[in-house]
Amino acid sequence: MAGVLFSDHILRRAGLGVGHRERALAAALSPTALIDRLVNFDRLPDDVDTHIGEPGYAGVTARGQFSPNTVIDDARQRWLFRMVHTDRPLQERMALFWHNHFATAYSKIAGTFGAPAATRMLAGKPGEVAGPPGQYELFRQHALGSFRDLLLAVARDPAMLVWLDGRLNTRARPQENFAREIMELFTWGVGHYTEADVVAAARVFTGWNLRANGNARDPATGYYEYVFNSGQHDTAAKTFTFPVYPDGNRTIPARSGAAGEQDGVDFINALATHRETARSLARKLWGFFISEFVEPHPTFVEEISDIYQRNDTRMLPVVSYILSAGWFPAQGHYYARYSWPVEFVVRAIKEVGWVGFSVDAARSPLTNMGQTLFEPPDVAGWSLGPAWFGTSAMLARMNFAATLAGNQKFNLGREAAAARSSPESLLAFFLDRLTPTPLHPDQEVELLNYVRAGGAWTGSEAQLNTRGSGLARLILASGEYQFI
Amino acid sequence: MRISRRAFIREGVAAVTVGVAAPAFLSDLARAQGTTSRSLVVLYLSGGNDGLSTLIPYTDSFYYSRRPTLAVPAGSVLQIGTDAARTPLGLHPRLTGLREIFDAGHLAVIQRTGYANSSRSHFQGTDIWGSASPALSQSDGWLGRYLDTLPRPVDALRGWNTTRETPRALASRTVAVPAIPDARAYSFSSPNSGTAATDERTAALRMAGHLPANRPQLAFVNSTSLSALATLDRVAAVANYQGTVTYPNNGLALALRTVAGTMVRGTGTTIFWVQTGGFDTHAQQGANAGAYVTLMATVGDSVLAFYNDLRNQGLLGSTLVVLFSEFGRRISENGSQGTDHGAAGVMMTMGGAVRGGLYGTAASLNPDPQNPQLENSGGDVRFETDFRAVYARVLEQWLGTPSVPILGGDFRAGAPTFL
Repeated sequence: MAGVLFSDHILRRAGLGVGHRERALAAALSPTALIDRLVNFDRLPDDVDTHIGEPGYAGVTARGQFSPNTVIDDARQRWLFRMVHTDRPLQERMALFWHNHFATAYSKIAGTFGAPAATRMLAGKPGEVAGPPGQYELFRQHALGSFRDLLLAVARDPAMLVWLDGRLNTRARPQENFAREIMELFTWGVGHYTEADVVAAARVFTGWNLRANGNARDPATGYYEYVFNSGQHDTAAKTFTFPVYPDGNRTIPARSGAAGEQDGVDFINALATHRETARSLARKLWGFFISEFVEPHPTFVEEISDIYQRNDTRMLPVVSYILSAGWFPAQGHYYARYSWPVEFVVRAIKEVGWVGFSVDAARSPLTNMGQTLFEPPDVAGWSLGPAWFGTSAMLARMNFAATLAGNQKFNLGREAAAARSSPESLLAFFLDRLTPTPLHPDQEVELLNYVRAGGAWTGSEAQLNTRGSGLARLILASGEYQFI
Repeated sequence: MRISRRAFIREGVAAVTVGVAAPAFLSDLARAQGTTSRSLVVLYLSGGNDGLSTLIPYTDSFYYSRRPTLAVPAGSVLQIGTDAARTPLGLHPRLTGLREIFDAGHLAVIQRTGYANSSRSHFQGTDIWGSASPALSQSDGWLGRYLDTLPRPVDALRGWNTTRETPRALASRTVAVPAIPDARAYSFSSPNSGTAATDERTAALRMAGHLPANRPQLAFVNSTSLSALATLDRVAAVANYQGTVTYPNNGLALALRTVAGTMVRGTGTTIFWVQTGGFDTHAQQGANAGAYVTLMATVGDSVLAFYNDLRNQGLLGSTLVVLFSEFGRRISENGSQGTDHGAAGVMMTMGGAVRGGLYGTAASLNPDPQNPQLENSGGDVRFETDFRAVYARVLEQWLGTPSVPILGGDFRAGAPTFL
């Protein structure tokens, strides 16, 4: 797309928006070096949380003590803060991807074990609370790690054990909920297994339960953790309609209760390493990183699957390849992705500004846009693409644009002062800063008419504040800004 | 064949299409299109409702033996008589609201609805019910295809989805149904005030009018904005509707109150989508107490409030509610005092024009794998009435449109005669 910087495309698609600092950094790096920096985020410190509450950063709004490990709204704020300010945006982007992939909703867990324990299960930060990491922290840890390891960790994740009822899966009464979704949604998808396979898979995971350590409902004194309950494991053999082992064997052998946990490990290994899982992930990653406008290219799917299998399900080589192969830089794929509400909000904050803005002000707009963090609508995650754009959700985007632009009115007016000479220069300033899809000339005329409608242009401070914030709002609310 | 006058009015939509006084707020477009005053409200219970707990075969001993902790005691069910096969049936004890409507003769309960080879997947199941295509060969929805048959241009508020996401059923090639979960939040705000704010709304509207044919995705998003901006004022007129009865304070009741408000205020909307969740009761489903009781209370109380409000407003006769879920649940309870995904379920229709009663026959729950009324080796209830036959009845008798092109097949023959 003429006039669109490749580095901006990288920052929108592999990062979380074009912040001024990132743009300056990107200008000093080659695209390859920029992608390398994003992908190998482990080389940069994971210290974003130390800036919470510091001047110069977006704020958080605490009701009492800010408690992101035990109060879900604070956990949401911490996640938003991280997305806005992290030096490792691809890590947060992948955490969001996995949150949608292993979609787990807070409300069911809170309804089962109470709000503090549920928040802890989803967002507890290692080092700050005892016991296993919160589910979203798992997603951060495994953001570009081995999918098999992640799948195994998720199968033992307390939040998942509650969400899909694994905690209740026992020998006498196997529970199919997790067994079905691990095949339908987490790995290869409908069409590769039968109902009998679901029943067998439920038996595989019998005994993968939860136990309380201390007073687990109160995160200050205890926690829930995974336990393999050997006495509740179905020890008989389980036969599937597909191979479980590399030699083609379809049967997980009968094992003693004590050794029975290996059933699930074998099964997860089979699912994670299967070609159809690789393809399923490849298609999902195409939509996430390349385009929602065109179907995944068959060559892409096969090449990604090769890399995934060759690298023992590790995602870093996969994502690295996606960002460096020919599809990603193709200009036809710029802005070919409907932004998720969280992406829209984070990008808007990064591109408009945040000093004096609390990420808390994004929480209820996000709900109205259809994406509440830690509250996906169901285990299939959010409906993506055009499904984000109902009329109410679009109004919520427009109104968030108004909230943010209103909040940043004076900051924007000050920064736009250098572009005060004419409505055209003011518009150019905002288009460069907010990086929407290049506008049709007619749309630019509408925006200029808006600036001029305020009376003869003098570039006064009052005009800059009013028409500048109005312009920012109109651009953020435009169709052109909804794509990344 | 002799058609009585009464049957003609009931069966033919033509009698009510014109001549009905247009309510004050009815848009010019809606009025010009001769919008009927007949409304269809689809109520979706998401998660897979346990039909056997909604409508209880309380004399089937297998119901009790297969559900040791979940069965509702025979003494607690709300008896509503026997079906065509003389099986006595009762509503869940907390469906007192629906029993009241049933007793008034305005509730039809249609047993064993579903389709062959029922999907046990929520997502496939929902798509199948929404698209009316078990083969999933249709990408749009059955109501979306109905909207496609309306003369153009179709008013932007002809349909009203009370959830955030457009359900498959409303997916249409030509008509974007607005998603309005909360009419009060359906407004346009500005960082400025006075003329600057007015100018912003004008500019936003003009920019949304940019619908480039060579950029269909952008045109789609802009058309959504356009539709939102075009409906703001009419929706605002609904936001303060309180109703003639006190609605319960839950999401479903508040959505139904909004639906009643649009009817009373005459927005011209005729197709409504309402949804309530939590039916995926794999664990701790409960019998006389617990999660399922809460679900039934929500449905029964909310629908009763809606029913009473419509009756008071004189809108009962022009409203049809169709209730469904994506599948029923396993007959035998699981080890977590819950039920797993099953097959056929129960549908209901409600309204002043509905011939109330029990339709279809209950399955014997005998787990014998040879039991022809069950499937999945005696695990699940097999369907008796194709859900598309119910849709066909609604399309033909209520919306007055041929069902065959919309459903892609002729399902009229087996349709229960609730209308």
